[in-house]
Amino acid sequence: MSQGNVLLSIRDLTISYGNIMAVKGISFDVYEGEIVTLIGANGAGKSSTLRGVSGLIPYKGVITFQGQDMKSIPADKIVAMGIAQVPEGRGIFGNLTVLENLKLATWSRKDKHEFPKDYQRVFDIFPRLSERQGQLGGTLSGGEQQMLAVGRALMSRGKMMLLDEPSMGLAPVLVREIFSVLREINQAGTTILLVEQNANMALRIASRGYVLETGVIAHTGTGQKLLGDPRVKEAYLGG
Amino acid sequence: MTYILQQGLNSLQLGSIYALIALGYTMVYGILTMINFAHGDLFMVGAFLCFLAATFLHLPFVPTLLIAMIGVALIGVVIERFAYKPLRQAPRVSAIITALGVGIFLENFTLVFAPYPQHVPTLIKNTTWVIGGVSVSSLQLIIIALSLVLMVLLDFIVRKTMVGMAMRAISWDKTIVPLMGIPLNLVISATFAIGTSLGGAAGVMYALAFPVIDPYMGIMIGWKAFIAAVVGGIGNIRGAMIGGFILGGVEILVAAFLPSTYRDFVAFTLLLILLIFRPYGILGKPRPQKV
Repeated sequence: MSQGNVLLSIRDLTISYGNIMAVKGISFDVYEGEIVTLIGANGAGKSSTLRGVSGLIPYKGVITFQGQDMKSIPADKIVAMGIAQVPEGRGIFGNLTVLENLKLATWSRKDKHEFPKDYQRVFDIFPRLSERQGQLGGTLSGGEQQMLAVGRALMSRGKMMLLDEPSMGLAPVLVREIFSVLREINQAGTTILLVEQNANMALRIASRGYVLETGVIAHTGTGQKLLGDPRVKEAYLGG
Repeated sequence: MTYILQQGLNSLQLGSIYALIALGYTMVYGILTMINFAHGDLFMVGAFLCFLAATFLHLPFVPTLLIAMIGVALIGVVIERFAYKPLRQAPRVSAIITALGVGIFLENFTLVFAPYPQHVPTLIKNTTWVIGGVSVSSLQLIIIALSLVLMVLLDFIVRKTMVGMAMRAISWDKTIVPLMGIPLNLVISATFAIGTSLGGAAGVMYALAFPVIDPYMGIMIGWKAFIAAVVGGIGNIRGAMIGGFILGGVEILVAAFLPSTYRDFVAFTLLLILLIFRPYGILGKPRPQKV
């Protein structure tokens, strides 16, 4: 399944909050063009791992992106390097319009002439957003906010998209819609690292998955293999 | 009737100065949920920079105004970097106490160089016209017009530019802002620079309108402008403008019809009553608590 070069490499990643160790020395790689998913229960360290990659929290260990060491690079520069994060809980700015939310994500881009094309791409993927361009982010439904969060990540034109529980709080039909969009985005060339509690959905679109249990990688394999793994089935897929 | 018009004009002048200062409070509150209680003293520093530029450098009005605005903006940015930024994760009360301390520092620092009230030279040739019984001075017109220009400019920056959008985004949730590729600290510095420079401009206008200045002049005016910001809805830019003009209007009108010693008493009673009915201010909205 691995296509091309290592894009993101994580070695011995350890993340602590005070005395509590959330991530205990995990290592994995994400190859260009893949969808890799981290699944696991609440508190397994999935979100912390993402937050480490996007530069929001300090960590021990080494994270490299396209071969470049990411340590001590501030979060805003990491976006400019090509990593866009869709944060947990969507993180839409409720006091900004849909269009302003999208526009804000172009902050680190210089190629202004390309913006209209990218807005159009987002509106083609999510026609609902197009209808609501002038509406405040806070007035959108949960599903629309998630679409906007994904659209915003597209606007920064990263090589890689990190998603933190995009299915959270959404009706199953919307979850399917978002996930099929993620697959499209991936096929168009964006590498995806997806953190999910909805293991079933995540493993179905993932090239590879890692199961995190209390800060360590418990199982790993292709999405198909993990879906069929009895241990994973029992713990995360409802038996 | 002419009396009312005259007082109306006077309230516009005072109100525009309050509004400019109130904007600084409200902008900083909007992005950091902190009251920069040193802001009134930065207004005073603006007046003193005007005095220095006019007296010792013999500069005309426009360069004096620019020096005061830029000077105060730089001081504002430095204060934020060294006094407030280290306390961003600390309880809000620590930041507020620090702000009060910075204010006292600015007062006493100025006091070292200016132990006596100073007289600001006339920078704008004061011509007075009488139009239909209302006397209009060139200084008054310049103060009102310049304030309006600055406010329109600010409104444009906040509503239409990327920096303004980023400021509004920070006021909603500053933890998400870096994930948009936006350097948080740069935007916070820009907010301080713009907010305090408006206070500096207000200091210049005040010094020209009431040309005797002293290091404590910012305390009372700062408090009043802060109240204007709260009346308008703290954190709301247009609210601060409205609050400034309301406070200026109420003060002048009270003084016009009652003995002037009643001015602050009556004016603030009215404002407190307003806050009972609109506890978030005129344009302020209760923010849902995030869980």
